[in-house]
Amino acid sequence: MNSTLLADKSEASLKRFLSTLSPVDQVGATSRVEALATRSIKTSSKNWAIDLAIRMVDLTTLEGADTPEKVRALCAKGVYPDPTDLTVPSVGAICVYNDMVKIARTALDAGGGKDIPVAAVATAFPSGRASIEVKIQDTKDAIANGASEIDMVIDRGAFLSGKLGLVFEQIEIIKGLCGDNAHLKVILETGELVTLDNVRRASYLAMLAGADFIKTSTGKVAPAATAPVVYVMLEAVRDFYKMTGTKIGVKPAGGIRTTKDAIKQLVLVNEVAGPEWLDPSLFRIGASALLNDLLMQRMKMRDGHYASPNYVTLD
Amino acid sequence: MNTFEYAPAPESAALVDIKSQYGLFINGKFVAPKAGKTFTTINPANEEVLAKIAYAELADVNLAVTAARNAFTKTWSKMPGAERGKYLFRIARILQERSREFAVLETLDNGKPIRETRDTDIPLAAAHFFYHAGWADKLSYAGQGDNPKPYGVAAQIIPWNFPMLMLAWKIAPALATGNTVVLKPAETTPLTALLFAEVCQQAGLPAGVVNIVTGDGATGSHLVNHPGVDKVAFTGSTGVGKAIAKAIAGTKKSATLELGGKGANIVYDDAPIDEAVEGIVSGIFFNQGQVCCAGSRLLVQENIEDELLEKLKKRISLIRVGNPMDKNTDLGAINSSAQLARIKELADSGDIEGAQRWSPNCVLPSSGFWYPPTIFTGVSQSHRIAREEIFGPVLSVLTFRTPGEAIEKANNSPYGLSAGIWSDKGSRILWTAKKLRAGVIWANTFNKFDPASPFGGYKESGWGREGGRHGLAGYLKGDN
Repeated sequence: MNSTLLADKSEASLKRFLSTLSPVDQVGATSRVEALATRSIKTSSKNWAIDLAIRMVDLTTLEGADTPEKVRALCAKGVYPDPTDLTVPSVGAICVYNDMVKIARTALDAGGGKDIPVAAVATAFPSGRASIEVKIQDTKDAIANGASEIDMVIDRGAFLSGKLGLVFEQIEIIKGLCGDNAHLKVILETGELVTLDNVRRASYLAMLAGADFIKTSTGKVAPAATAPVVYVMLEAVRDFYKMTGTKIGVKPAGGIRTTKDAIKQLVLVNEVAGPEWLDPSLFRIGASALLNDLLMQRMKMRDGHYASPNYVTLD
Repeated sequence: MNTFEYAPAPESAALVDIKSQYGLFINGKFVAPKAGKTFTTINPANEEVLAKIAYAELADVNLAVTAARNAFTKTWSKMPGAERGKYLFRIARILQERSREFAVLETLDNGKPIRETRDTDIPLAAAHFFYHAGWADKLSYAGQGDNPKPYGVAAQIIPWNFPMLMLAWKIAPALATGNTVVLKPAETTPLTALLFAEVCQQAGLPAGVVNIVTGDGATGSHLVNHPGVDKVAFTGSTGVGKAIAKAIAGTKKSATLELGGKGANIVYDDAPIDEAVEGIVSGIFFNQGQVCCAGSRLLVQENIEDELLEKLKKRISLIRVGNPMDKNTDLGAINSSAQLARIKELADSGDIEGAQRWSPNCVLPSSGFWYPPTIFTGVSQSHRIAREEIFGPVLSVLTFRTPGEAIEKANNSPYGLSAGIWSDKGSRILWTAKKLRAGVIWANTFNKFDPASPFGGYKESGWGREGGRHGLAGYLKGDN
């Protein structure tokens, strides 16, 4: 079924469709993710999960204080996360602010990372509070500079006040700009949506409007990628696939700092959305510090002991 | 490796030191049975013998009851409640400290997954001791008058499905209220009770307050019929419960009985479907379905049956069946060959009576006692699998159209232990709960236990309550 048959873009139609979604029971969802968090991932499966997680990392820097040098260093690290061990795979993408896109693209191309996409946060990140004209220009700039992934934020104010048509329309416009040149990730900022029911509705709204990925958060609002939120989003992509035949990706971002956290995310993906989502084309982890912990754990699995943090590079 | 296969993650069996032979725990000491008879207990996951267990006969039961009587009259009933409470607190702390040991031993002896013993059975057992420790010096607030009195010697017989947890449900309230105990664990799962005997020694519990006699149904019968017993507490099958009720009729003995069930899990069409699926899975596959309060009858509103069953089957396909000691195992071994035979017999009756069987593809281990997760659809109220307690991982699915029909079907059972209600509408949940004749009703969850919450059944599911303030009533005589 084509997703346009589920709802058209009118306010009433969207509202009607979202009201047909099954409610989420917060207590039940939380206890399910707690149970899945007890999965014990050891030996060969841990090695496998660590390498997969590295390939899924959207290595990110989103600071006002970012410098071209820092972005270039991040790109070098993204291509060869551990320069002493070339069996370590490259990361999924480099995620930066708009003005750093060109610098990142150039650095990746020059450093052996032609296949690594640059993701740009756009549409008045992180708050989404700007006119649609500004959001359009923001997106156009990013794509023109070489971004092949756009991480846009939704207008949470509009969503929470019930202006579903507005949220839908803005996603649709940005999707139109992305066309075939860029993948669109839609950031729901679940920390501001608060309830899991809202997370489920916003996920469907974004998917109907054309998102290629749904992403939890900007990283600027706490709580960010909590396990119950990711759980509900994984259920949404699983069920949307069943309804429409289209697979949408999921990107948790913010708060995933350790290998243990990342492996818990992969267990969720495996047991909720299904093994076919265990691929960087359908699951990414927005993170910065996580990569070093994955590298440290990888060394530990290889050498049998922990190395000093001095053996992994700063970004 | 192209898929996320979880590598084996076994808990270490070396955490626990199993002796080759165990005696009876009478008057604070392990003693050999008078007649010297023994039986073996095995690991149901691989049929290996774990230990030789003493078989208690009448002479041994006599000694145990006498020890309990002496402890009651000379020590325990005279001790201030606050002092009794200290022993209970001490036991609770030791259980927590040795929880890993208990979890491993329970899994080896029972066959249930280590995830469950580690996260549910043992923590809840300790919680029961903590909870009742707090009651020991506050019994005048238990609702049994200002100065309630213990019965005396409690004969307690527990089942094999939650050996340590049922021990805690029995022993903790009995000791808190000033009774002394002779406990008989199930024939197939005596080991954690015997380890608990060591805990009693470690806690310095006065000799004779807790006595543990191991054996079979005959041992239990000697205990129930013993004239020195004041109170009988039994958890197990309805058949044995009825026999106990007959045996004590006309005596001064009082009884609490926790018996069988055929719990209805009612899913309305406005339910949170994904969580309902989780609740259904936990309701019937927790502890391999060997749970008296299992949600073994799924009553689903007919307009969501297809959607729910599709999600349910997908979820059941994810259940990891196998080595109970593996930390990723969801469904372990059936406790005994006898139980497995019973499950097979009843499930086969579902095929014969025309219900449709479904199980996921799963490879069962070659030794040990195993049954795959199974659901039957197209079940009618008159099928045996809708009426009799299977006590295994077998779910019977029925549908209903109106709330009234759901209630009628749910209540149409000789049992009345548990029920579940799934709906997003508070008023519908309350309406349904009021009409259901079941002792424990969960709304939008299932199999949640807390020592403060009373547990027990209507109709043939039992007499009395265990846990909470209501549970104390079974161990106290009011002064008015």
